[in-house]
Amino acid sequence: MGTLLEVEDLTVWLATRNGPRKAVDGLSFRVDSGEVFGIAGESGSGKTMTAMALLGLLPHAARTGGRAVFEGRDLLAMKPRELRDVRGRSIAMVSQDPSTSLHPMLSIETQVTEHMRHHLGIGRSEARGRAVELLSTVRIPDPERALGAHPAQFSGGMRQRIAIAVALACEPRLLLADEPTTALDVTVQAGILRLLDRLRRERDLAVVVITHDLGVMSAVADRICVMYGGRTAEVGPRETVLTHPRHPYTRGLLDALPHPEGGAAALRPIPGSPPSLGAVPDGCPFHPRCAFAVDSCRVDRPEPVLIGSDHRLACPPDPLGESA
Amino acid sequence: MSALLEATGVAVEYHRTGAPPLRAVDHADLTLARGEILGLVGESGCGKSTLGRAVVGLQPTAAGEIRFDGRPVAPLGLRRRPPGMRGLQMVFQDPYASLNPRRLVGDQVGDGYLLGGTSKTEARRRAGELLERVGLPADAVKRYPHEFSGGQRQRIAIARTLAAEPSCIIADEPISALDASAQASVANLLVELVRELDMGLVFISHDLSVVRQIADRTAVMYLGRVVEVGPTRQVWSEPAHPYTKALISAVPRADGAGVLPVELPGDVPDPSRPPGGCRFHPRCPVALPSCAHDDPPLTILRDGRSAACVLAK
Repeated sequence: MGTLLEVEDLTVWLATRNGPRKAVDGLSFRVDSGEVFGIAGESGSGKTMTAMALLGLLPHAARTGGRAVFEGRDLLAMKPRELRDVRGRSIAMVSQDPSTSLHPMLSIETQVTEHMRHHLGIGRSEARGRAVELLSTVRIPDPERALGAHPAQFSGGMRQRIAIAVALACEPRLLLADEPTTALDVTVQAGILRLLDRLRRERDLAVVVITHDLGVMSAVADRICVMYGGRTAEVGPRETVLTHPRHPYTRGLLDALPHPEGGAAALRPIPGSPPSLGAVPDGCPFHPRCAFAVDSCRVDRPEPVLIGSDHRLACPPDPLGESA
Repeated sequence: MSALLEATGVAVEYHRTGAPPLRAVDHADLTLARGEILGLVGESGCGKSTLGRAVVGLQPTAAGEIRFDGRPVAPLGLRRRPPGMRGLQMVFQDPYASLNPRRLVGDQVGDGYLLGGTSKTEARRRAGELLERVGLPADAVKRYPHEFSGGQRQRIAIARTLAAEPSCIIADEPISALDASAQASVANLLVELVRELDMGLVFISHDLSVVRQIADRTAVMYLGRVVEVGPTRQVWSEPAHPYTKALISAVPRADGAGVLPVELPGDVPDPSRPPGGCRFHPRCPVALPSCAHDDPPLTILRDGRSAACVLAK
């Protein structure tokens, strides 16, 4: 498995009334081909802005810094025209809500074949044939008939399958899935997670899954990056991060989940709330909510350092480490 | 123990132009005692929100009876509700939509007291107390909803219902719009209030793991019907209805084991054309041939549980 995407020191400034503010602050990670990489965090942690930066879809007046090298080319340095060739072809996106990501007035055929005809330059009938194959890959019953239908004729889960078919149309190498199952029921979510897992096996597709749901992470991700305040708190293999978390924030997120054996015990929330844009505290962004914070946490900006096999932690005091 | 809230054979129909009415809830039964938390779960479109709205009188019913504290609940109209009904209150999903952005928080929370005949200054003072009770600073009275985060707004919405001194709250997805850490603290607040004020709470949610943690009893709905209801512990450890079983095994666990959740094939059928026989039979992994025509009623099982399945014992 080679590295498909290498993000180094990614910074995103968004324009606010009070001037530019960092939504993502020096984020680094890599995605190998064929792996599912998870980005976890609460709202405002910068996870969606990371995906938008990679696709060049940031709001107007936003600026980026750092590098994002995909197949040898820096996405952040590309001209809009070059990026247009990559977007939808080599990198595709699935967003949270299929009722807004699909066009309500266009037929499924138009939406599934649009990219193919644009990027691959193939004819209408060939595109149609591929669309039928794609729809059956994502398990839409009676794909021939579905092509003539409109999004409103499908349920939420079916629409998300169609949105995934649209994303897969040009056989991308990387799929960015931003909260792909958050708007769906658990039973439907299970189907979509299984579909994503099957696609990456069959097509050697790398998937970046962005979600706040650690259960979803645990089901599909190979490696997980936990973000807080636009920065990496902890990144490492799924099992390590979820069973032996070393960052107090990761620990807090896991503790806040309802526990299967918890019985009637109260849930354990993390005190306080995540920082808003432009109000990220100095030092470690998590220190005002952290039970283990020491003086240096208020001042020193923690950088992720290697603490185990492919496991990086941005918490110098490391209160959850073996020695502590 | 007499029930605080009792719904029997409730049906709700949505009328549509040019189509037969859609029966969103069909013969659903629910009971709730004081000091009890009932979790109401099911997929979207199963009728859980409609049933919740019907029991507080926000939705007229087509059949069945709803009684609160022994009195029938009449659908809410333009007239003022009888005083006895003030004890039945609702918390909505989205605190961004359920609070008025242009009114002071204190005024909105104090409404319930004003309607109960309290003076304006007294209402404002008590609103401050309520806001402190739900974990907000007392100066929140003089602020506007936009100054608060999602979790804090939901606390304000809860304080607003508490001003009516309710004995029963229907909460429709009260934590779904909130962040993970805010979800836990708002859920904890609701549980505390139920225990402290001896209220009844119907907690409507699609998040089964939260319901498992906080509900005393759980009711599972499918396509307009309650298919299983019983003590939460039993429903989870030994689900009697195959639908409950499917729902539980679809919940992914954050244990790092990398296990994919089990898929329940098929979609929820169109509620305007429910399948004949047992409504779950086209998706049921253990359906018998007879399930295609026999519609099993909700039957009481041995351990204080009821299920609507021929295979349930």
